[in-house]
Amino acid sequence: MLTWVTETRTTTRVAVQGAIRRTLLAAAVTLSALWGTPQAGAAEPIRIGEVNSYSRLPAFTEPYRKGLLLAQEQINANGGVLGRPLEVITRDDGGKPGDAITAANELLSRDQVSLLMGTFFSHVGLAVADFAQQKKVLFLAAEPLTDALIWSQGNDYTFRLRPSVSMQAKMLAEQAAKLPAKRWATVAPNYEYGTSAVAAFKDALTALRPDIEWVGEQWPAQGNIDAAATVQALALVKPEALFNVTFGPDLTKFVREGSVRGLFDDLPVVSLLTGEPEYLDPLGAETPEGWIVTGYPWSQITTPEHQAFLQAYQAKYNDYPRVGSVVGYSAMMSAAAIIKKAGSTDTAALIAAAKGIDVATPFGPITFRAADHQSTLGAFVGKTAQKDGAGVMVDFSYRNGADYLPPPEQAAALRPR
Amino acid sequence: MDFLLVQALNGLASASSLFLVASGLSLIFGVTRIVNFAHGAFYMLGAYGAYSLYRLLLPLLGTGWGFWLALPLTALAVAAVAALVEILILRRLYDAPELLQLLATFGLTLITEDLVLMVWGAEDLLGPRAPGLKGAVSILGQKFPLYDLALLAVGPVVWLALRWWLTRTRWGLLVRAATQDRAMVAALGVNQAWLFTGVFALGVFLAALGGAIQLPRDAIHHGMGLQVIVAVFVVVVIGGLGSISGALLASVLIAELNAFGILLFPRITLVLMFLVMAAVLIVRPSGLLGKPQAPAQAVSPSRPWQPWQPPVRWLLLAAVGLAASAPLWLGDYRLSVASEILIFMLFAASLHLMMGVGGLISFGHAAFFGLGAYGAALSVHWLQAPMGLALLNGPLLAIAGAILLGGFCLRLSGVYLAMLTLAFAQIVWSVLFQGGEWSGGDNGLLGIWPQAWAASPAAFYGLTLAVVVLAILLIRRLSLSPFGYAVRGCRDNPLRAEAIGLPRGPLHWACMVFAGAFAGLAGALYAFLKGSVFPDSVAIPLSVDGLVMVMLGGVQSLTGPVLGALVYKGLSMSLISAVEYWRLILGGLIVVLATALPQGLSGVIDLVRRAPPTGPSTEEPRP
Repeated sequence: MLTWVTETRTTTRVAVQGAIRRTLLAAAVTLSALWGTPQAGAAEPIRIGEVNSYSRLPAFTEPYRKGLLLAQEQINANGGVLGRPLEVITRDDGGKPGDAITAANELLSRDQVSLLMGTFFSHVGLAVADFAQQKKVLFLAAEPLTDALIWSQGNDYTFRLRPSVSMQAKMLAEQAAKLPAKRWATVAPNYEYGTSAVAAFKDALTALRPDIEWVGEQWPAQGNIDAAATVQALALVKPEALFNVTFGPDLTKFVREGSVRGLFDDLPVVSLLTGEPEYLDPLGAETPEGWIVTGYPWSQITTPEHQAFLQAYQAKYNDYPRVGSVVGYSAMMSAAAIIKKAGSTDTAALIAAAKGIDVATPFGPITFRAADHQSTLGAFVGKTAQKDGAGVMVDFSYRNGADYLPPPEQAAALRPR
Repeated sequence: MDFLLVQALNGLASASSLFLVASGLSLIFGVTRIVNFAHGAFYMLGAYGAYSLYRLLLPLLGTGWGFWLALPLTALAVAAVAALVEILILRRLYDAPELLQLLATFGLTLITEDLVLMVWGAEDLLGPRAPGLKGAVSILGQKFPLYDLALLAVGPVVWLALRWWLTRTRWGLLVRAATQDRAMVAALGVNQAWLFTGVFALGVFLAALGGAIQLPRDAIHHGMGLQVIVAVFVVVVIGGLGSISGALLASVLIAELNAFGILLFPRITLVLMFLVMAAVLIVRPSGLLGKPQAPAQAVSPSRPWQPWQPPVRWLLLAAVGLAASAPLWLGDYRLSVASEILIFMLFAASLHLMMGVGGLISFGHAAFFGLGAYGAALSVHWLQAPMGLALLNGPLLAIAGAILLGGFCLRLSGVYLAMLTLAFAQIVWSVLFQGGEWSGGDNGLLGIWPQAWAASPAAFYGLTLAVVVLAILLIRRLSLSPFGYAVRGCRDNPLRAEAIGLPRGPLHWACMVFAGAFAGLAGALYAFLKGSVFPDSVAIPLSVDGLVMVMLGGVQSLTGPVLGALVYKGLSMSLISAVEYWRLILGGLIVVLATALPQGLSGVIDLVRRAPPTGPSTEEPRP
């Protein structure tokens, strides 16, 4: 107490506040120790802060959270990390970047988390990435797909798990190039995800097939497609093939109108994300046949790592995994691996550890590239089909993300200095 | 040529669905003056309900009857729920300030969203195809779905039915009378309560039916309600509030422009509707077929404001002192939360300057907030401006926006004016959203952090507190200045004000510019608090948040928005971090508060201050 008094006289106001806070904190710690809460030390969990659009996008984020919690359970059953259990604290951002910053701030300053992870929307991911850089904390972006996150807006503190828009577009372009079609049209939601997906696909396909002509494009408002008019407008330009980026309810409407109006008769369609259970399952008996898609055929993947994941997931939840589940699970496993390799929760050590780290996921081993902080997680590319009134993927194969990324030197040059 | 005809039919089919929902909203507004924000929620309930009822009836009646019965039965059920809502909640609010129903129905919307999630789960649902109408017919060589053909007929049939009902039945007669002059209808001895309940239920019936008939075309999902509500408001306003034929005309106009617009400008989808609305309102201030209305009032003329008396002054000084000492007893996170609440106090106060003082309702106040945020962010990003300059540039950009918008608003009043502000906000939003490199598009502008001296949460909080307190004092000073008196005069009695030579238009214009400047200041602070700006800061949800704060706090005095921001922002921020179904709780609290305290939270303070010591109520007897 005496030292505190002398301090207030001699130091600046900021120091006073700090001192008061420290004193209060010390008092609180003493009190809680007296009350018999677990002693700080060996059993103190390592906390991971997780922010996602739980209320805005429950169809994706609920399976995601289940994957996250399954991984946490498995990690802790195996003795945790660095001898301490792992605890993930999840927060809803309501789909708004401003609220995501508030949540990240709370996790960081109140819950004292060691690193941040999560987010779904690209702009929310970018906001949290920038926050992470400002606060000097590691951010493991699980889902946001924009290229900007690791390239044009990339920073030292941010790593990204999922294959980006351009990686998935390249995977599809490779298949699209094999089609005889020369006249292509595109339909994509009117925001960055849609525009960058179309741009990446055009680049990749034109590189493979210089003879291709782009004859039409439609940009329906995200979540508010006027499906009839859009289908008709696409039919007008008489394309020989179509690239689709719409998803969710827009996709359902588009497929329904397109099927009835015969747009898809004899029209090959290449479609981003449509093979993911989140978007394929709602189509049910109206799933269009033969679309070339990226996705996740969960029931047909026979690799041992996926079998183990599938069984554990079904045993715990009595439900099948979605892409979100795999992303959540792999994100948590990545976080645990990073902390383990770093040997501490110090941010500098975590970043050093994350660069080039190998992580085992249900899709097989992946690496977070040191050059641009992108993981080499891939996706499945195949065709859609119907089976017993439900949509499935057939003729699929796994594409390793590493094959669709620019070489490290080139990727590093895309990042700000 | 064939193509054009079929595309025109596509437009008409979309117009038909839109009209069904819009006519309900228009009826409700015309008669009860309720701005029914929950209309979209009822639309969504109609879709979800029909899906479930269909599956329930399927084993009993088979696909055909099951489907065709499920649609109207669901709409009836939802209408019954709506009648209950009207009786239990909205009926208590007819004496309250206008727009308070907006607050209550906003609460209902939040509740519905979480309830739907709890009952029907997170995944999108796929409704059945319409039995008997699954295929397509060939029209001039183009395939056209049979169901869309049926939809084509629904719009005109509903329109005719409504016309007949309004002109040929007694109930319809009363509804038309009430649309024109509620007070007179009441004076003639018509039981308004049941008239309102009936109209509200009928309007919601149309909304729910509109949702249910989407089953064979749409996916049933959580965003349905919010997705439709804005479009429907736009249709109603373009058509003219309360005009059923206007709603039909506007639906056709919007749907056709969209069907053909995307052929020429595929990128126009985001903003087309709002461009049309702005154009229509500028040319015809009451919509296409609407009649000029008695100006809607956000505030009932009230006791004139007085300068603060000494005890209140000391109390306020103590409150500010307490707030200033916060860095001593709040942690970093809570200080950031406090900064955010302060910023929203200023935002709400600026909206109050427009709504409460000026009587100018705004549904697009976020435009100024967002312009402020972008003004600051753009000057940091492109000009490397220091924080002080950026904080100045934010409001400047907002002022520019307000000058532009204010010029177009001169002839408008009431909800029409509110909707023009909404259109303005949406146009600004889409410009920023599709702006490409200079505005960062929807990926926003990053790295807008305060300079070192204000970087710590405590320092930034101090800065925010100083700016916000000064700004709010300035707003109060403005309201009590001759300018404020003049603006309030125009609000309370436009005719008399004009007769004594007060220039209503310029006064309103100036009021909007001041409000815009303060909102812009709040936005600029917000940019530095969050470190980044996105088009979200101009979007509709933020404008709605502002309205909710003002209405929750009470529109009668400046204490209202400040209290409202504190309670609403504080509640939503702590609920979102603490519980999963935060919308359910927040919505419930809003409904309860709106019903229990129609004058807002600050109304309680007024009651306490004015309460007679003892004795009988001093309230005047009501007819």
